Amino acid sequence: MAVAGKIDVLSRSDLQRFFDILGSKGYRIVGPSVRDGSVMWETIQFVSDLPSGWRDHQEPGRYRLEQTGSRDIFGVVHGPQSLKPFAFAPREPLLQIERCKEGFTARPTLPQQRKVAVIGARACDLAGLAIQDQVFLQSEYHDPYYATRREGLFIIAVNCTRALQTCFCASMDTGPRAKNGFDLVLTEVDDQLLVEAGSEAGADLLSDLALSPASQKVISEAAACVDACAQSQIRRVDRTGLPQALYDAHEHPRWDDVAARCLACANCTMVCPTCFCHKVEEIPDLSRQNAEHARLWDSCFTQEHGYIHGKNLRPTITDRYRMWMTHKFASWIDQFGTSGCVGCGRCITWCPVGIDLTEELSSLLASSSRSHA
Amino acid sequence: MSTRDAENTRPKLAVFKFASCDGCQLSVLNLEDDLLALGQALDIAYFPEASSHMNPGPYDLALVEGSITTEEDAHRIRSVREQVKVLITIGACATAGGIQALRNWADLESFKQAVYPSPQYIQSLQTSTPISEHVPVDFELWGCPIDKGQLLRVITDLLAGVRPHLQAESVCLECKRRGNVCVMVAKGLACLGPVTRAGCGAICPGMGRDCYGCFGPSEGARKGPGVPPNTASLASCFHNELQLIPVDVMRRFRGINGYTSSFKEESARWDKKT
Repeated sequence: MAVAGKIDVLSRSDLQRFFDILGSKGYRIVGPSVRDGSVMWETIQFVSDLPSGWRDHQEPGRYRLEQTGSRDIFGVVHGPQSLKPFAFAPREPLLQIERCKEGFTARPTLPQQRKVAVIGARACDLAGLAIQDQVFLQSEYHDPYYATRREGLFIIAVNCTRALQTCFCASMDTGPRAKNGFDLVLTEVDDQLLVEAGSEAGADLLSDLALSPASQKVISEAAACVDACAQSQIRRVDRTGLPQALYDAHEHPRWDDVAARCLACANCTMVCPTCFCHKVEEIPDLSRQNAEHARLWDSCFTQEHGYIHGKNLRPTITDRYRMWMTHKFASWIDQFGTSGCVGCGRCITWCPVGIDLTEELSSLLASSSRSHA
Repeated sequence: MSTRDAENTRPKLAVFKFASCDGCQLSVLNLEDDLLALGQALDIAYFPEASSHMNPGPYDLALVEGSITTEEDAHRIRSVREQVKVLITIGACATAGGIQALRNWADLESFKQAVYPSPQYIQSLQTSTPISEHVPVDFELWGCPIDKGQLLRVITDLLAGVRPHLQAESVCLECKRRGNVCVMVAKGLACLGPVTRAGCGAICPGMGRDCYGCFGPSEGARKGPGVPPNTASLASCFHNELQLIPVDVMRRFRGINGYTSSFKEESARWDKKT
């Protein structure tokens, strides 16, 4: 929620000044940076480090960047990374185990708390982070590793004014306007940045900058751009009847069709802002005196993830794809009270063979309702 | 305890070489600091690549590099097996037949005529085959070359009396954990990562190039658990979306691990279309 709803204009030199202030307060600033044909979160220092003039084009199984020559700083909507790696680390050492006379000791290896300011998060990313917060912080299994990383985050969101072919946040009620979960939010319109605070910390920083207020005309124009972005989304998810409709489709032949294309490579789950599955590994040393106990991102698409003692619960790709999609759109609602999908479309773009979950879901639901009619 | 006693209590390690480039043995030598720890944990009794001081068997643990390509080697691997308690194959050659298994689809006689001035002296089998086709193997390490971390892990587990276990997931998980941009989606490269076993640390995509499957099929490889990777879908995508002609699709799968089931079968399907 915006603090007092005050919207200011942030010029490029103001933005650099803002970076300098963040730096002086001990923040590492992270923003989208062009790398290897996409944008990835990288440590930045200057406004010129941001992907000025670049635009991303995304479609199923395909991502391309284009330099348009425009002055837009936030023309790239997103890369493969959401905010997930900042709080839920891809690999997190949990315990250092040492052998001793009495047996062994296990020392927790909590991450050092670091202040990280992320600029360029989108509404879908914020929605994903809110869901991960719920999983890692608000459940009975409060995760101190996640909590330490999460507490150090300062989030500067950007309202989307351009939808990708793969976006469907409007139908998931998560975007394209950032509603909460940020410290500051920017809207880029006509070569101008508008800025609004979303937290006390954000408001404090804004007051340090002493910016001038935006005109009502520009504010309305920015709001219209974000609304137009929502209107322009070509993909959508019809959530009528969920979760039950998907449970009813459990034996649908479409699962086998999608499994024939699915590689079970796990890319969809790796790029998903909400997927939280992980496994632990032990790394002993040769002396057998010490071992590291670490957590890694895992996926319901791997063979081992479905393995329990003596049995694999999900031996086929059909089982795994059904598990994933049913969790996202149905059992997640029963488990956490929200959908597990935020509509960012990353799983569509970063699927090497371009499987589109919106298409799969609508096929599963359409014909299942027909068959039950 | 005298040094001699300590020597006797450490398990004896032997390293054998068959048809191979020696790269996997070099991975053992490249263990650097860990090599000292390895030397303390094991009695490195037979390792001709490292030392001309070679102790006779029997051995507790053998690392076997290379594939079987001659009649003599086919006999030698049987005698190696008789001398060792635990036999681990190291690398694509020993585990899957290696790049030299390309001969399995070709005519050996014509190769000999083309390469050697006196081909009558060449004593070679028509095929290059993995060690497991000749003797029972206790554990297989994939890769060209192997990952030294995986090697160390397997040895550590064996020394601790634990059954070694390595992941059989796709390279994509390593790419994403590492923060690599997908070279298939962002650059249109025909990457084998989605059907290839993790373990290398996704080093090729990390350098902006496509995975060529040197760790073999991701799961369900030969005797492993799980279902064979969906090579058919990936191959169709290479052809239909990335515009690879059938012979190029065939060659993607018929590489370093081309003689392994699932890669072998996929290459055969595209061979028919060329």
